[in-house]
Amino acid sequence: MSPHGNPEEPASSAAEIKREAPKVSTGSTNDSVIEPVEIKSSTTEVSTSSTTGRSGWGLWEVFVRSSRGLSHVHAGSLHAPDAAMALRNARDLYTRRNEGVSIWVVPAEAIAASDPDAKGSFFESPQGKDYRHATYYTKSEGVKHL
Amino acid sequence: MAAQNLQSVPAEPTAEQRQEQADREGQAYFDRIMAEDSRIEPKDWMPAAYRKTLLRQISQHAHSEIIGMQPEANWITRAPSLKRKAILMAKVQDEAGHGLYLYSAAETLGHTRDEMMDALIAGKARYSSIFNYPALTWADMGAIGWLVDGAAICNQVPLCRASYGPYGRAMVRICKEESFHQRQGFEILLELSNGTPEQKQMAQDAVNRWYAPSLMMFGPPDDDSPNSKQSMAWNIKRFSNDELRSRFVGMMVEQVKVLGLTLPDSQIRYNEDTKKWEHGPLDWNEFQEVLAGRGPCNAQRLERRREAHDDGAWVREAAAAYAAKQSARMQKENAA
Ligand SMILES: [Fe+2]
Ligand SMILES: [Fe+2]
Repeated sequence: MSPHGNPEEPASSAAEIKREAPKVSTGSTNDSVIEPVEIKSSTTEVSTSSTTGRSGWGLWEVFVRSSRGLSHVHAGSLHAPDAAMALRNARDLYTRRNEGVSIWVVPAEAIAASDPDAKGSFFESPQGKDYRHATYYTKSEGVKHL
Repeated sequence: MAAQNLQSVPAEPTAEQRQEQADREGQAYFDRIMAEDSRIEPKDWMPAAYRKTLLRQISQHAHSEIIGMQPEANWITRAPSLKRKAILMAKVQDEAGHGLYLYSAAETLGHTRDEMMDALIAGKARYSSIFNYPALTWADMGAIGWLVDGAAICNQVPLCRASYGPYGRAMVRICKEESFHQRQGFEILLELSNGTPEQKQMAQDAVNRWYAPSLMMFGPPDDDSPNSKQSMAWNIKRFSNDELRSRFVGMMVEQVKVLGLTLPDSQIRYNEDTKKWEHGPLDWNEFQEVLAGRGPCNAQRLERRREAHDDGAWVREAAAAYAAKQSARMQKENAA
């Protein structure tokens, strides 16, 4: 990226670039190269078996408090070698426009999650318990300040 | 449900039968989610083809954002003012961010970041053909922002409602950031258009070169886009390629008037019968060539990505080594 000359300008004449450019093959572009990997169990949103990459940078989940008085909300994830770098990366990645006043980063593998297959039974108990909601009580309708 | 099974199936079901049963239930659940236009989350059951389609689309999208930094990054040092440099840096940084949000979304489907990076660097992955065209003049920064980011926005807004939760959420974040990209490009062109005759000519030339490639960003015509139907049935894609392209042309044809420039297409017209905007023919041969790696800048873009990845290796290694050292020290202190 030299400040002189245009790195975008190929060595040959730029005017004819669109059609006369050298036909350079960059190798196979078979778009079915990527095969899906079926992975069953995992604790977080990320279902890769190993959350630490080759470079030793683990996966972190990022939670951002958008302003004072509000809860931290999950913003996304990122890779970082340690908590300090994860925080810095999270700042650069998720708060470039004042989106946050506070950030939490949590190693993805430290999060325990409910089993999605057990949806029904795990969340069963509140079902059929309408009486836990104010709307269940209709006789008081029209009574003020109740 | 389990009790019913025990009654109707006398023998203990085999592992295979249990898997089949789970798949049947999974498919029924998936179909219900699609019918309700609800969202699929990472740990939900999903058809293998759905996962594969999403993995391909999201990773290609991520690669496009990452490669897409190059045509503009190459102009940062030559931007005409400090303000323009700052704006361009912010935009390029945003594109890096978009790539990272999307890689994260793709990772939830079972691919590691390393696998995707390797595929890109090895030239085995695709990315948007648009970034294989060169940015020849400063006016190209305007045309890219206005046309290329403009087309990207048209494509991406409906993707905010994609049926796969992590993809939709990444797109919401991305779309929020994109609008500044298009506006800053529009302003660059407007300023040039109101400048000297040479500057105006430079703006027109950039628009002329980026117009057709940006229309091709929406993908092949509907008759030639075999996977679109399935993507629409899966609520990933909400509108067809031609539909989005037509909408885009309709917007550009108005905006170009404000710029005081013209679009290099004499066949643009509004079809009263179909209520759609029509445009002149596009060179789909060229599109296929560029996509297949034979565009003007394919080799250069990949080489640059490879270089950046290799040059950054020591940083990644050093950070990992430092982290390992720190954690060892902490463990020792805790033990003492
Ligand atoms: Fe982007
Ligand atoms: Fe953009």
